[in-house]
Amino acid sequence: MKYADEYRDAAKALALSEKIKEVCIPGKKYKIMEICGGHTHAIYKYGITKYLPEQIELVHGPGCPVCVIPLGRVDDAISISQEDVIFTCFGDMMRVPGNKRSLGDAKAQGADVRIVYSPLDALHIAKTESDREVVFFGIGFETTAPATAIALKQAKELKLSNFSIFCNHVTIIPPLVSILEKEDTEIDAFIGPGHVAAVVGCQIFEEVANNYSKPVVVSGFEPLDILQSVYMIIKQFHDGICKVENQYSRVVPYYGNKVAIETINETMEVRPYFEWRGLGTIKNSGLKIRSEYGDFDAENKFYIPGIKISEPRACQCGQVLQGKIKPNECKVFGKACTPEKPIGTCMVSSEGACAAYYNYGRFAFAAK
Amino acid sequence: MIKSTQDNSNKGDNKVITMAVGAGGKTTKTIISSLFLPRFSNDYLAEMGDGAVIDLQSNRIAFSTDSFVVSPLFFPGGSIGDLAVNGTVNDLAACGARPVAISLALILEEGLLLSTLEKIADSIMHASEQANVKIVTGDTKVVEKGKADGCYINTSGIGIINENVTGLGPKNILPEDTVIITGSIGDHGTAIMVERGDLGITADITSDTVALADPINAVLDKCGSAVHAMRDPTRGGLATVLNEMAESSHVGIEIDEERIPIKREVRAVSELLGIDPLYIASEGRMAIFADPNYQDEILAILQTFPQSKDACAIGKVVSEHPGFVLENTVFGGQRIIDLLVGDPLPRIC
Repeated sequence: MKYADEYRDAAKALALSEKIKEVCIPGKKYKIMEICGGHTHAIYKYGITKYLPEQIELVHGPGCPVCVIPLGRVDDAISISQEDVIFTCFGDMMRVPGNKRSLGDAKAQGADVRIVYSPLDALHIAKTESDREVVFFGIGFETTAPATAIALKQAKELKLSNFSIFCNHVTIIPPLVSILEKEDTEIDAFIGPGHVAAVVGCQIFEEVANNYSKPVVVSGFEPLDILQSVYMIIKQFHDGICKVENQYSRVVPYYGNKVAIETINETMEVRPYFEWRGLGTIKNSGLKIRSEYGDFDAENKFYIPGIKISEPRACQCGQVLQGKIKPNECKVFGKACTPEKPIGTCMVSSEGACAAYYNYGRFAFAAK
Repeated sequence: MIKSTQDNSNKGDNKVITMAVGAGGKTTKTIISSLFLPRFSNDYLAEMGDGAVIDLQSNRIAFSTDSFVVSPLFFPGGSIGDLAVNGTVNDLAACGARPVAISLALILEEGLLLSTLEKIADSIMHASEQANVKIVTGDTKVVEKGKADGCYINTSGIGIINENVTGLGPKNILPEDTVIITGSIGDHGTAIMVERGDLGITADITSDTVALADPINAVLDKCGSAVHAMRDPTRGGLATVLNEMAESSHVGIEIDEERIPIKREVRAVSELLGIDPLYIASEGRMAIFADPNYQDEILAILQTFPQSKDACAIGKVVSEHPGFVLENTVFGGQRIIDLLVGDPLPRIC
């Protein structure tokens, strides 16, 4: 299949693997964080680590949008779903556990919760079922925010009175800075998220490269993309430079998608604080709907309990999301916490680090 | 006996199935004699008894049942009628049997167009002719509008076990057995997903629904004792079947990504949706576990039939990692093929 097979060629992977070894500084350990869950998924699906020398370690970052939603926001969503509304969400959100239950449980108990593929599908339901109130659970980084922004603009143009969005969008840079500001952080470089960068561009990562001296290479999602990005990072260390590079230039313009950025900015603004699963509250890290679009803000339309719920004690999602431990080093991994009965969000989404480990790698770990 | 309800109050092409209970009345008789009997005509049905009395030439029989609730009722490559016949025929074939007779039970939603029922009956007729199986008994019920989705079908079937079959089932699977698939996987599930239209994708994909009793029995005729187990990868796809086999036979299974036949269009759609084709349903394929010494002979026989012309070996049974299915990826890695949790849902970013 064109545009896929050429990026999954084992012979080219071997060649790249040799090139990576050539530029590695002998004795140096490299800890590279892949920010995006899509990368984590690909790394395990294709067995990419097999092509890396032992001195390079890949760790997982906070870039799976499902994984970073705190328990309290899931409970807030469930609370809205009880209000005689059609509550719409992405498929993965159905199974994310709140304090006691998930949206999927709420659905089984009678709430009208429906899976959609886009907020525009939710908008379509609002148009066709005009006697019902429709709410969309907006989640995700700058990748999914433009679609939410377009839904808000269209809802305003259509003067819909039965449509709103429960906005939980987040931005990519603040959690990275939060991880880098921690004293015990050991991250040497980042594989940058290609989809987010397609919207916001590569230049936003310059803060990470310039202020914290960590190379960032924005990467595609095929296995050869990721291997090449690792090579580009190691080459920067070899050459003694530190900058933002764009491996995924076939999709990502360096300065991003101007129209998409403007649409987000027109409809949403930065929240002073937002809570992240496992990372705590991070300054300027979430997006809320602007007052001009307040009629479509579920937080204005519905009572939101907003209860803060502490993480389950056994769950170490927070340390996984900061790259401090590997999923299989978590106490409950594969035992109390499995994809069938997840405790933490990282085990729910197919892009969660724990689910990727469990689905693709647990047999290899057991063998070791 | 086929019973149906239909009154004559509506006329022409817009005639619909109504709630009027006509069991035994003139309208029932009319629909049986005009719609069902001409299509499924055989000596057993002609008796119009409460059931069929069949003289089987063997006391080793297979018996299977399956229900069909597909939406939409018609899709590229087939209809609910084709699935209802082929599904049960293939379940019998998986047991090592040559199908003899099937029952046909319809649950219709009030308001279903009579012309739709006729089209479904046509497809059942064609599929049963193709599969060389007789519909020997049946039943029709009608439920109020909104209580069903157009038409549901249940078929049950009996078949005579091929005399060359010595032992068939997961417990007969041995390490080193070859794993064969009779054709490309995931065509049916992908065709349905695309046809539903709510994904906004168009693609030229047709369902693979087809009866496999002939090619399977041809294999059993020649190499009956070499075939150790069979299962058709319907709901949950090939991955689920392999996992079921690995678990119940306490062996490991290893498959090679590059050898698994997946059509280009199916791969493209599943890439777009983030769904793994290994988990997408087929309705006309069989996974066969057999003695590796007979692999080439089995493949040669399968490839002479149009419905299994693309048959190929995709992997083998191993004594290591019992209960686990592993895939050797084209990228040179190895990954676990696990049972799916919940529905296969597209990724969001």
